Amino acid sequence: MPVRGGPLTRLLMADAAGRRLVMALMALSVVVPFCNLVFPEGSIFHVSTYTMTLLGKYLCYALLAVAVDLIWGYCGILSLGHGAFFALGGYAMGMYLMRQIGDRGVYANPELPDFMVFLNWTELPWYWMGFDQFWFAMVMVLAAPGILAFVFGALAFRSRVTGVYLSIITQALTYALLLAFFRNDMGFGGNNGLTDFKDILGFDLQQDSTRAALFFASGVALILGYLISRWIVTSKLGRVLVAIRDSEARARFLGYRVEWYQLFVFVVSAMLAGVAGALYVPQVGIINPGEFAPINSIEIIIWVAVGGRGSLYGAVIGAVLVNYAKTYFTGAFAELWLFMLGGLFVLTTLYLPKGVVGLWAQMKEKFVTPGRPGSSSGSINQNQNQNQNKSEDHGDHDTATNKAEGSV
Amino acid sequence: MRAAFSRLSGRMQRLLSLLIFPALLLSPTLLLSVATQANTLSLAEVGDALIDANLRQKAPLVEQLLSIEDDDTLRFAQTLLEGDLYYRKADRLLLTKDDDDLQAFFTQEPVEISSKRAIKKISVNNRLRIQLRAGIARMQIFASSEATRLTAAQSLLKSADDIDIATLNEAIEQETSPKVSEVLALVVGLKQLQSDNDYERRMGIDALSGSLYPEVRGALSNFIRDCVAGGLTKDAALAAEAMEKIETRLKINSVIENLYFGLALGAVLLLAAIGLAITFGVMGVINMAHGEMIMLGAYTTYVVQQLMPDHIGMSLVIAIPAAFVVSGLVGIAIERGVIRHLYGRPLETLLATFGISLILQQAVRSIFSPLNREVATPEWMAGTFSINPALALTYNRLYIIIFSLLVLALLALILKRTLFGLQMRAVTMNRPMASSMGIRTGWVDALTFGLGSGIAGIAGVALSQLTNVGPNMGQAYIIDSFMVVVFGGVGNLWGTLVGAMSLGVVNKILEPWAGAVVAKILVLVFIILFIQKRPRGLFALKGRAAEMG
Repeated sequence: MPVRGGPLTRLLMADAAGRRLVMALMALSVVVPFCNLVFPEGSIFHVSTYTMTLLGKYLCYALLAVAVDLIWGYCGILSLGHGAFFALGGYAMGMYLMRQIGDRGVYANPELPDFMVFLNWTELPWYWMGFDQFWFAMVMVLAAPGILAFVFGALAFRSRVTGVYLSIITQALTYALLLAFFRNDMGFGGNNGLTDFKDILGFDLQQDSTRAALFFASGVALILGYLISRWIVTSKLGRVLVAIRDSEARARFLGYRVEWYQLFVFVVSAMLAGVAGALYVPQVGIINPGEFAPINSIEIIIWVAVGGRGSLYGAVIGAVLVNYAKTYFTGAFAELWLFMLGGLFVLTTLYLPKGVVGLWAQMKEKFVTPGRPGSSSGSINQNQNQNQNKSEDHGDHDTATNKAEGSV
Repeated sequence: MRAAFSRLSGRMQRLLSLLIFPALLLSPTLLLSVATQANTLSLAEVGDALIDANLRQKAPLVEQLLSIEDDDTLRFAQTLLEGDLYYRKADRLLLTKDDDDLQAFFTQEPVEISSKRAIKKISVNNRLRIQLRAGIARMQIFASSEATRLTAAQSLLKSADDIDIATLNEAIEQETSPKVSEVLALVVGLKQLQSDNDYERRMGIDALSGSLYPEVRGALSNFIRDCVAGGLTKDAALAAEAMEKIETRLKINSVIENLYFGLALGAVLLLAAIGLAITFGVMGVINMAHGEMIMLGAYTTYVVQQLMPDHIGMSLVIAIPAAFVVSGLVGIAIERGVIRHLYGRPLETLLATFGISLILQQAVRSIFSPLNREVATPEWMAGTFSINPALALTYNRLYIIIFSLLVLALLALILKRTLFGLQMRAVTMNRPMASSMGIRTGWVDALTFGLGSGIAGIAGVALSQLTNVGPNMGQAYIIDSFMVVVFGGVGNLWGTLVGAMSLGVVNKILEPWAGAVVAKILVLVFIILFIQKRPRGLFALKGRAAEMG
């Protein structure tokens, strides 16, 4: 049957899991705010504002995970600094919210945020100009991470810095930004960051209705982010990206300008991360340099790895799962959480190369077709079986197989 | 007065008679006898005489005192100068009073008194103090011990009013140590600055030129100010020239100091990165748990110190092999348990080892508490040695530099000169070939990883002497270590050395004018840009092997 309808329909028709995900997200974005606002407290249908904010946070994380999966899962770029783009988007939003406080701050200065008055600054630094306008802040939410990603990516990809080298210098990037934003002289609130926000577009941030609207916006942003990413990976460009992931050298020799493809997808991913950050900040009410910490960026990777690298809906599932586990365990057994997280890293890389969404396929392969090991499946699973079965010569074999495929 | 007098011994009585009643005792023979006796008077006798003398009479006695050659003379003069010399009224015993503790002056045994009124101070006035100070200074600069002479000369730099140029010149002439005579020459120079004679003043400026003592700088700048005020332009110009020379030398000093700090930081980076140079550089394994291997080494030091709290210095020596074994074994366990399943998949290795680092951190936090642990530093590591008056370098940094170089040399030796090193290099170059030659590649992998981790443990011992030992300490070094290895060139120990030292020095040279944090950011940005230019580092492996990583 020929597929009819617009590009959106076409996009979703071929993607059953994605369709279900988008449906679920749409339902969630409507139902949760509805239940929060309409049903009174005490009703079994009531969703508390706390829960809604928490879920909103997860949605932002999920968008961030989609952004990371887009470059890691489909282009093989393991960025250990994506938290930096998230934080930059967050800071852009935070600056708008700071300006919105106006003269309601502790020092009642209509122009300067409190921390600047505290530092005895007399006028607004140039880079704070314009942030009293919402549209300008929104442009910066995209532009700040985008420009950084463009400059950094252009330098890195043109020089063919790839693989672990890229991972390490992205980590250095976010570390350098962490140190920079900790400084008071930077004019971003130093150690404390930006906080004490009052309202957004004139709506009080403490109001349930504002919270609900933010939750809805996060849901919509996640759906849009998913669709954009899906559109990219299913397009011809996306095919080239996968080719680059699987063998960069081969793609280059086939005549593709590998660095431009990498740069494009890197910038898009950074912008998505920025949007996630911008939606995150008004919901949690603070942005500080801690968001730049390298460990945050690495945690994003584990969301994607747990969910299933190379499947965008898996990234969403992974982000929600891991963060739910984090919320639960840091509350219930704070001691255990880091053991859990560390264990997750080790176990997923060893036993779940395709994440939880690949678990089903992995099981099927193992139990349904035991007679033909590795006949139809992907190479990663094949290695997995070999690793478990062979003892002494695995190293040689393993390396050789993977070398032939190009490193993953 | 008479009653006290009658208690004196005969000889003393005669002496005092001379001093107290010179007009009454005019007989020349008696005078002569007293004069000859005076030369042989002992400290005890002078002390006894001081008890009864009035302030005017004390002057010749002090003169006497200062010429007595006795081990206690200096102490006597100093105690007298400070007003701590007392005597017990009952038996005229000389006492020193230190706060409320009383001691017999000669025997230095503690003395009890019934009331405050039982003792009396032997007082001195300003004239006597000047006399005493000059005498003490003189005694000190002619003392037999070189250290005493040096301290005395240095204290004269602060104030040399008590002593005259002639005495100083005499001291310089007799002086055997060039260090002391240099300082004494400066003192002469400082005194000459005060002179009214143009020639002498200029001699003084000449003597002071280029000296690094802060006192000299202070005196010169005062001198310039006075000269300008007094219209002595020639002198001011000369002094300014001398001052400039001092400033230049101070600048050189600060460069040397920064260089030293930089090398020390480089040594720390080197220690942290050497292990990584093996696991990452030789094996191509991204070990994000490397920082935790350092942390384990530091905690091993802590545990060893807890086991032998009375031998801090010894515990450090024992901790080095202990840390190597602990971190090495953990490393082997990690390699056998996790990493060997992931060879050839560097990004997965990165994630798995990061997970391990989280587990190790939390394990240490659960066992030792999240707070920092105190690791003691042995005495021989504390202290400084001074290169010149304005530059003193700390010993612990020196030890770290030497230690890091030793570790590097040892590692190079293992790689180049042992069978294990040979096998290791063979496996790195061509795994199937090495395997077919009978090398157990799996074991070599495990031992190589163990070696790299063990060296990280040794780095932890060294770092425990410099920074806080806590569960997060590894995190602080992991990014820096990677930067060093990537900057220096993967798979190259020489590159690691050059990389670590240059990053350390650049960091410390930037620090004075950019601040510590900005310097660090600049270095990171520099490395990020540098990798764009030379993606394989300073000393890249060439040829096929380079493409394998």
